[in-house]
Amino acid sequence: MDWINIIIQGILVGGLYALFATGLSLIFGVMRLVNIAHGDLIVASAYLAYGVMQLTGVGPLTSLIAVIPLAALFGYLLQLLVLNRTLDKDILPPLLVTFGLSIIIQNGLLEIFSANSHKLNLGSFEIESIHLMPGVDIGYFPLLTFAVAVAVVFGLQQLFYHSAIGRAFRAVSDDPEVAQLMGLNNRTVYASAMALCLAVVAVAGVFMAIRANFDPSMGPGRLIFGFEAVIIGGLGNLWGTLAGGVILGVAQALGAQIDPGWQLLSGHIVFLLILAVKPQGLFPKGAA
Amino acid sequence: MVEPLLSIVGLDAFHGDAQALFGLDLALQEGELLALIGANGAGKSTLLRSITGLVKHRKGMIRFRGEDILGLPAHVIVGQGIALVPEGRRLFPSLSVEENLLLGAQVARPGPWSLQAVYELFPVLREKRKAPSTSLSGGQQQMVAIGRGLMSNPDILLLDELSLGLAPVVIRDIYALLPKIVGNGLSVILVEQDINRALSVADRFLCMLEGKPSLQGKPGDYSRDQITNAYFGT
Amino acid sequence: MSTLHVTRSTPLSRIALPLAALLVLLLAAAPWWASTATLRLIGEIMIYLSLASLWNLLAGYTGLVSVGQHAFVGLGGYILFTVALYLGWNPLLAIPLAGITAALIAVPVARLVFRLNGAYFAIGTWVVAEVFRLSFAQISSLGGGSGSSLPIGIMKAMAESKAMRESLIYWAALALGTGSVVFVYLLLRSRIGLALTAIRDNETASSSLGITIPRIKLAVYVGVAAVTGMVGALIFLQKLRIAPDAAFSASDWTVLVIFMVVIGGIGTIEGPIIGTLLFFVLREFLADLGTLYLMILGALAILIMMASPKGLWGLVTSRTGLSLFPVGYRVETRGDQG
Repeated sequence: MDWINIIIQGILVGGLYALFATGLSLIFGVMRLVNIAHGDLIVASAYLAYGVMQLTGVGPLTSLIAVIPLAALFGYLLQLLVLNRTLDKDILPPLLVTFGLSIIIQNGLLEIFSANSHKLNLGSFEIESIHLMPGVDIGYFPLLTFAVAVAVVFGLQQLFYHSAIGRAFRAVSDDPEVAQLMGLNNRTVYASAMALCLAVVAVAGVFMAIRANFDPSMGPGRLIFGFEAVIIGGLGNLWGTLAGGVILGVAQALGAQIDPGWQLLSGHIVFLLILAVKPQGLFPKGAA
Repeated sequence: MVEPLLSIVGLDAFHGDAQALFGLDLALQEGELLALIGANGAGKSTLLRSITGLVKHRKGMIRFRGEDILGLPAHVIVGQGIALVPEGRRLFPSLSVEENLLLGAQVARPGPWSLQAVYELFPVLREKRKAPSTSLSGGQQQMVAIGRGLMSNPDILLLDELSLGLAPVVIRDIYALLPKIVGNGLSVILVEQDINRALSVADRFLCMLEGKPSLQGKPGDYSRDQITNAYFGT
Repeated sequence: MSTLHVTRSTPLSRIALPLAALLVLLLAAAPWWASTATLRLIGEIMIYLSLASLWNLLAGYTGLVSVGQHAFVGLGGYILFTVALYLGWNPLLAIPLAGITAALIAVPVARLVFRLNGAYFAIGTWVVAEVFRLSFAQISSLGGGSGSSLPIGIMKAMAESKAMRESLIYWAALALGTGSVVFVYLLLRSRIGLALTAIRDNETASSSLGITIPRIKLAVYVGVAAVTGMVGALIFLQKLRIAPDAAFSASDWTVLVIFMVVIGGIGTIEGPIIGTLLFFVLREFLADLGTLYLMILGALAILIMMASPKGLWGLVTSRTGLSLFPVGYRVETRGDQG
């Protein structure tokens, strides 16, 4: 039963990785932007939740009521005031600007909160679990994380394909010039996409911070997990991204069984193998 | 004299460092259909793209209903009532036919055109409304592009290369529908390779050569040779 | 009357090249006139000059924006330790060997990461560096996660006296630093340089000219990896100690390097030089600020990318037309008695 348990835990962690990834996938889909600071924004959201909890005394999940809109607002302004100015045919400026942002966020958090790690406490819910069979227990919290990931992917999918703003996202992605002729202000459409991305980032940050300790240096690692999930699943396919997160989670869980040092390594190796064998990802857009 | 609906005075426009329009003047009256003819590279598309705000690098004056629109961004100009049906149709490939049309109504101007009205004009689009726009034939795609332009209920419709790449029978069908499209007092600037076809529907024409007007007037005012000379600059 | 001449040199460059040569000679003699501390500082500047020039070639000219060059720095360092600890070679010989190994490993790495486009390529290179770091942490014979040190006996094989060893390491750094700049300069003036400029300006046009873009990109990537590996070996020869986190440190070997190039001027030969020097000047004044210093660098990089994407050197050339190391051609009007 050990292996079943390991795989189930891996699948559930995969939900968290999918949360890291969906925002990345979303903004790449809309404006071909890869935000190097994505992971740092996840960590910053965790600190934001920490701050809100300290200030108001609410629990981590309740703090999302404040953290999600604040993060979304930040994303909107970040896109409008900074990133929109870097969007051009040249990939260098957006890449290097978000790279600079990543360093600023990491060191800013270090300056404010020190290198000490923190954790957001959810109380007894964190340790309660469903006993499935001998040796297989499913924790409420990992299950909730996975359910939230599925809900986020489902919600984004609906928004993308069945709403006016989703239509605008797809239109500016297809042809930004003609989109303007339809009366779409590309800059605010991009800003809305980034706001949406940061809303998901906020959820990802809080769930990450409940699950385990976090510190200012963790951003790049979260970016890489999200990125691997996106590439494994196939660009532009949100359900694929969820599957990518699950594959990554399972690979890491199995690797950790071999040796704790192999946890991260086996995730990366699975990613590189898939890149070598199926560079378009397992579920490329349009093939589904 | 009443100020024309659209008046352009001394317009210079640039492609990067290369100048494409040189001090161009143009006036479009309410309800008028103006044919814009000229060889490739004469600046016809640049003119339409300048009017709609897609060409940023331009100077001079563009007045619409007496107000200067030169400084306005493209997404605002369409809201003022100028719609462009771009060369090559350029439908949004990841949107269905109906979504393409709905996007045209993004600016939500009041007027006669609605999804219903467009489907009455082009019944085939109603059948294909759920289909991806990429699955349509060239003629059907052009219908979507025209419908998408009409959905904003414009005062001026700019049609760029209406018949380019379409089969003759499709071109004939689309031109047959043109009176229905312009019937509501819509003003149109039509860019067309097929000079005869363009002159047959136009109230007035403007022939361009190397970024400047080389001849303009009513189609009946000039002989075929005069127009050809203006077209080729001979 | 006057005639037009097409030329590569500018009046300034005709002075700059001999001056640069003189400066290199002066620096080569530094062991005789500089203190150990100064020698080490110049050596460190040279190492960063090399990394900055190489990254600039990769990102600024070839469009390969790698954020994982620390993979090859660390790899070079570990090659040095492997060779010194297990073969007992003179550590200086390990430097070229590190270059060859890095090049050999860069080929399969490139085959993988080149499958990723544009910005995703960047993150892919980072994953590779992570894989290297985690893998070397698993090799217990090289000290695993805690690392290992170079025994003094090995160092003595290089030279008996400490002063001589310092000088040898310094000269190696000087050779790699100036060598990298010269390498990039000559490469850009060659046919490959023309092809690179064509790629940068218009990828479709250059492919229709029959320039084989993938092969040139691969060649540049592998070449840069080779020199980066050599620099890595040298860095850890100077440090005498290696551990995975220090060897594959993104912040030391990639982040700072990117900031130097961006601030100095990406896509220019002079930019990395200016950026490296400016970085060391800033460090003298601001290093006490610690994390704030990095935040300032980050903010500076963002401002420069938004206001003047060709960096400080771009600002200078756009105002004055100066060029110290011209790689392009220009038309010059020359007075003629004829």
